[in-house]
Amino acid sequence: MENTDLIILWGSNAREAHPVMFHHMMKSIRQRGAQLVVVDPRRISGIEFASLHLPVHVGGDVALANAVGHVILEEGLENREFIARATEGFEAYREAVEKYRPEDVEHMTGVPAGKVRQLARMYAQADRAILCWTLGITEHHNAVQNVHALINLALLTGKVGRYGSGLAPLRGQNNVQGGGDMGALPNRLPGFQDLTDPAARKRCEDAWGLPVPEKVGKHQTAMFKAMADGEIRALYIIGENPVQSEANLHHVRGLFEGLDFLLVQDIFLTPTGEMADVVLPASASFAEAEGTVTNSERRVQRLRPALKPPGEARDDLWIVEELAIRMGVPGWTHRSAEEAWDELRRVSPIHAGMSYRRLEELGGLQWPCPSEDHPGSPFLHARLWENPISGKRAPFVTAEHEPTAEQVDAEYPFMLTTGRRLADYNTGVQSRHYAAPHGHREVLEMCEEDMDRLGFQEGELCRVSSRRGKVEVQVSRSRKVRPGLLFMSLNHPDEVPTNLLTLDATDPVAGTAEFKATAVRVERVATQGADSHPVEEAAQQNA
Amino acid sequence: MADTFQVLIDGHEAIAHEGETILDVLRRAQVETPTLCTHEHLTPAKACRACVVELKGSRALVASCERKAEPGMEVRTDSERVQNARRGVFELLLSQNDVSTAPALAAQAESVGADPGRYRGQRYEKGFFDDNQLYVRDYDKCILCYRCVEACGPDVQNTFALTVSGRGFDAGIAAGFGESLPDSACVFCGNCVAVCPTGALMDRREHSLRAEGRWDEERYDVVQTTCSYCGVGCQLELHVDRASNEIVKVTSPMDHSVTHGFLCVKGRYGYSFVEAGGD
Repeated sequence: MENTDLIILWGSNAREAHPVMFHHMMKSIRQRGAQLVVVDPRRISGIEFASLHLPVHVGGDVALANAVGHVILEEGLENREFIARATEGFEAYREAVEKYRPEDVEHMTGVPAGKVRQLARMYAQADRAILCWTLGITEHHNAVQNVHALINLALLTGKVGRYGSGLAPLRGQNNVQGGGDMGALPNRLPGFQDLTDPAARKRCEDAWGLPVPEKVGKHQTAMFKAMADGEIRALYIIGENPVQSEANLHHVRGLFEGLDFLLVQDIFLTPTGEMADVVLPASASFAEAEGTVTNSERRVQRLRPALKPPGEARDDLWIVEELAIRMGVPGWTHRSAEEAWDELRRVSPIHAGMSYRRLEELGGLQWPCPSEDHPGSPFLHARLWENPISGKRAPFVTAEHEPTAEQVDAEYPFMLTTGRRLADYNTGVQSRHYAAPHGHREVLEMCEEDMDRLGFQEGELCRVSSRRGKVEVQVSRSRKVRPGLLFMSLNHPDEVPTNLLTLDATDPVAGTAEFKATAVRVERVATQGADSHPVEEAAQQNA
Repeated sequence: MADTFQVLIDGHEAIAHEGETILDVLRRAQVETPTLCTHEHLTPAKACRACVVELKGSRALVASCERKAEPGMEVRTDSERVQNARRGVFELLLSQNDVSTAPALAAQAESVGADPGRYRGQRYEKGFFDDNQLYVRDYDKCILCYRCVEACGPDVQNTFALTVSGRGFDAGIAAGFGESLPDSACVFCGNCVAVCPTGALMDRREHSLRAEGRWDEERYDVVQTTCSYCGVGCQLELHVDRASNEIVKVTSPMDHSVTHGFLCVKGRYGYSFVEAGGD
């Protein structure tokens, strides 16, 4: 990130959500003269350092990426040598983006065509460029299509597989990468190995002395459906608070109430824990437990215990092992975190070279790191620059624009998008305890024009309603949102459960819900016994 | 252009690398050199003049933190002129500043033979600012090294909440136009606190423990771990009082490639959930 010429933040509020990553970006910008481009419906923090802002419509990302691809091809800026040597599916892609001339798709993208053309030229002509995205891309019902649309741009211009040039999804949690790497995905084994790969299954079976099921499991969205269908009757949840963090909470709560048995393991008695039949108190991993986590750059780093956990709280590893032992699973004993890690190294080729000793000495290692003399891998896909390339070609996967699952209309005239704010984090379980100087509170961000039009005062309590629920929240003037667009975080669900509003339209592959796009209406909250009424009416009465 | 070349330090030959400062060469040659404003990750402000050296051919003493080494340079650090200048820097600081939380400064003053009582002039009374729950500012301890301004500004954080206001003896660090921190652009990353060499900027918890006479670095263990929040993977140094089983301070290692010692508000201050009761 410090050695690139162009950084694109696409649906990524990095300065607030990944502040220290933004430090690295600023080094490229200040020391190398790199350019920053922001693609975001909001005027996010840090935009003052950007040379270009593309205010994309919520859900206009595929259309916009395809329009960028269209311009690159129209102006002959594609990397033909790279496309021919390292990719496949290019002709279908060319055909697909043909109809996304930026001037023709402005109604989908919301971005003036001139800016689209400017970005296309900047990206194609940069020596090195890093395209970063976060949940603005992935919290959509067509998340996987959004990601493919961005990958296509990197393949089109050869902006992948070189130092300082690549694709960087910025991870939102300290071990979201590591969780997937360890096989906490329905179709993966430890080491991000494909569950359907017999060789990978055999490696694990040999190490574990147990057969590994061949059948791909369910991701969370599919599990919710199975709960609704009565197929799943019991849940074991570790370190997650879904009755506040999921979309369409009224529905989620109903699913949880219908379970026969719920086991929750967490550091606090969360609202999810309050619904549980059994709660197992866990230690806080970063300060009370031994282990590893993996960051956004695939760097495995150590966690070390500094404090004694309170009360009966135990290490997550100990709890899982103890459950297995008490359930009579043969061969299970209590082991150290390092012993568990060394077992992982035996089954996962990409982690094989990462001993605790090396992680300690080198300040972490980036996978793949196949042997103890391997320095780790700062970037991936260098093989695409070999001539001829080794292994498979990188495929273009064409994506087509789809509108957001919910659209604004007369009844729900505002588009609400959600995200994180700097001082807070997810459902606030960790972050609400420290004395943030501006407090921990939720507001509805609305632009000045809409506030004036609707006659709202700063800090006035309003009611936000979607087709699924309603919340009351103070409205606040914001220069980050434009007319018709509102913003709230999910960080204060005890006071303002934003996810009562959000829609559980999910991506068919990834299962992610479209947290970024909810049609809502905003009403003045009745005072002194008067009924509430839509502010449009109120504004008219005031006029 | 040669990658490495020779320079003379106090009459001895030393190797310098292209792009290095004189201070870099001095440090590698293990020539003890006092420094206050320079910091490994910040642009030198050249403000403190503690690291001055005599350079043959240069009329004035030069700040070694800033001047790049050149082939054939002849540098003296052991001359009376250099020693006098350095001693003067520390004597003037000692005459105006409260250095009670700056043991490194006091030790350097002693090593150059500074006489704390040499100058008797006006002392700093720039005020103690206690306007938020995360860190306090005691500007009687500020030596105007500009590190906080650099860290808040273009070198790290790019927030530009802190600036220098006033001139001469009245110069001081201010948030915005003399605003309180919560009213300023400050995002409370505490990166200014991390680089402050004198304790003028201090985390609230350390300040409170010191005020109660309970701050005791000898008792604290420092445990390096990974932050529990976003996916950047910042390394935290948890300063822990084992006896009371509590975190007293969070810093980050200056030599780690992920953070270079710099954090955000949640990483540095958002740890208190581990001490929270079940609520």
